[in-house]
Amino acid sequence: MTAVAEKQVDNGVNVAALLGAREALTAAPEAAKFNWRASCSWVNGTHSRTSVKGFFGLGQEQSHRSEFTFDVDHPEIFASEDHGATPVELVLTGLAGCLTAGVAAIAQLRNIQLKSVKATLEGSMDIQGILGVDSDVRNGFDGIKVKFDIDADASREEIEALVAQSQKRSAVFDIVTNPTNVTVAVN
Amino acid sequence: MRTAVVVIGAGHAGLAMSRCLTGRSIDHVVLERGEVANSWRTERWDSLRLLTPNWQSRLPGYRYDGNDPDGYRTMPETVEYIARYAEAIGAPVRTRTTVTSVRRTDGGYVVVTDQGEWRCRAVVIASGACNVASVPALAAAVPASIATSTPLGYRNPDQLADGGVLVVGAAATGVQLADEIHRSGRPVTLAVGEHVRVPRLYRGRDIQWWMDAAGVLDLRYDEADDLARARNLPSLQLAGYPDRRTVDLNALTSIGVKLVGRLAGVRDGKAQFSGSLRNQAALADLKMNRLLAAIDEWAARTGLDGAVAPPERFAPTAIEASPPLSLDLARGEIRTIVWATGFRPDYSWLDVPVLDRKGRIRHDGGVVDSPGMYLMGAQFMRRRKSALIDGAGDDARELAAHLASYLDGRRIEARAQRETLGGQNLRPAAAAL
Ligand SMILES: Cc1cc2nc3c(=O)[nH]c(=O)nc-3n(C[C@H](O)[C@H](O)[C@H](O)COP(=O)(O)OP(=O)(O)OC[C@H]3O[C@@H](n4cnc5c(N)ncnc54)[C@H](O)[C@@H]3O)c2cc1C
Repeated sequence: MTAVAEKQVDNGVNVAALLGAREALTAAPEAAKFNWRASCSWVNGTHSRTSVKGFFGLGQEQSHRSEFTFDVDHPEIFASEDHGATPVELVLTGLAGCLTAGVAAIAQLRNIQLKSVKATLEGSMDIQGILGVDSDVRNGFDGIKVKFDIDADASREEIEALVAQSQKRSAVFDIVTNPTNVTVAVN
Repeated sequence: MRTAVVVIGAGHAGLAMSRCLTGRSIDHVVLERGEVANSWRTERWDSLRLLTPNWQSRLPGYRYDGNDPDGYRTMPETVEYIARYAEAIGAPVRTRTTVTSVRRTDGGYVVVTDQGEWRCRAVVIASGACNVASVPALAAAVPASIATSTPLGYRNPDQLADGGVLVVGAAATGVQLADEIHRSGRPVTLAVGEHVRVPRLYRGRDIQWWMDAAGVLDLRYDEADDLARARNLPSLQLAGYPDRRTVDLNALTSIGVKLVGRLAGVRDGKAQFSGSLRNQAALADLKMNRLLAAIDEWAARTGLDGAVAPPERFAPTAIEASPPLSLDLARGEIRTIVWATGFRPDYSWLDVPVLDRKGRIRHDGGVVDSPGMYLMGAQFMRRRKSALIDGAGDDARELAAHLASYLDGRRIEARAQRETLGGQNLRPAAAAL
């Protein structure tokens, strides 16, 4: 090591572990195959409850520390009881969580101390699609806008690069920007 | 037949190695399935010119001596340049000799060809990194009504049907073909994934001059932050046009090429494009600006500022508000798809277990994971410039030294070469790409 003091950056991300995992998984790519799961029960009306706990990865069954549940519903203007976020808001939540985690991890890797990170997301949608009013209108978002406000010990360019790289490495960004085969079956 | 070393392939890389072996009086042959410079003779499109300037093709004991050092060679000129090298160095080339198998034996290798068998102690694989055009698996879902082409088969736009063309991939090949095909009157849609944007000229000098002078091209494989990534980096968006124009995405949209995201799927006859185009463009702009900043910093430090034009920055890549996410291939708008999705080597003749699970040769800076076997010409093999004509010399010199020690029965570590053989300290600009 040189005598130059390394600046201490701590964004609460264990980069050594991430890099170690990357190296280990390059050597044993089978362990990289993960399976994420959720199970959902209808409650009433448009209200449902989804829980997540177990998943598969690193060659074996894994589990969250505890079960997490999410109430999903629609607001009252849809004649619903509003017991929870809408499914599309949860998609935005997933995207926000994924990009933000990416920003933190990449900042740590690049020795950038974060002070605050705030993401504001907007998904625009023409509900003529889901209501079947106009078949030319798609059901999903016609666009998603994400705005980051980041306070960090870094130049504007470095911050832009963090945000760009987090999109490049993000699972949810990939899921929403690229087609995915979805197979739905009835037991 | 017997010799100490068999070099497979008489492109510039095999020839550079031949010259270094001759310099060490090591007995060898160079086996070539076609003629010297076969790839440039048979696998390139008509209008192609090198994207490296004439001066940037230095080979051991040979360099450009014409009067247009900053020009870019046509294909016939490239073939002539390499063929003259083979003559100048008296390379022991056996043309029209195709290697069909390489096997290990005790103490060496058997190289089987359609012109007989060679036994040797060492083998240098210089058969090229671009033997096969890589085409993504989703190509299988493209409707039969669409014609497809790859850069290895493409010669000129007249081969293509009239009508629209989807060019997939925006590295050097993709942007050059998009430019040429669109100018031929066939409207081009360009599917853009990760790409590397650079200007042809920067501060009045060729970008290749800057990268060479500032040490960017000399970055060594054991100094790269993320070698796997560096080896997979797409080629720079550059072309060797005589008017020295830049061929980045802004240049293409200015002539009417339509940009879409990475081709992500083909379903029910529709091509689906990724919604990541804006970020891909942002990443490329940021990367270019980092490179230019490193160049500026180097220029200032070396006192060049007075001698060259002032620093400049280029307009960010313009992406329309909502680029299309799909394109109906049955509608007739697109008649042809050109897969400019990269190249890979062909090692189907290699019967030595040195390939990893992705079919790449396991090697440490060209020292292959099988005693006495060496590689040349692979992307970022020993340095960033390893796959360029100009990069073969340093690699060949170092690997020939390693090979000579191997033949002498001395074992040396590939990395240990660094101290003894011209290893340089990392110059700050070097890591900028
Ligand atoms: C489209 C394109 C443009 C490029 N532009 C530039 C540029 O502007 N500047 C630059 O510096 N580099 C450029 N390159 C990169 C590089 O210089 C070329 O790929 C070059 O051809 C590589 O040289 P090589 O000697 O490694 O391989 P090659 O030139 O491919 O030579 C390999 C030789 O091995 C022979 N061979 C293969 N298999 C066998 C076998 N089984 N038996 C016998 N012989 C065999 C082949 O016939 C060939 O002659 C470009 C590459 C491509 C694909």
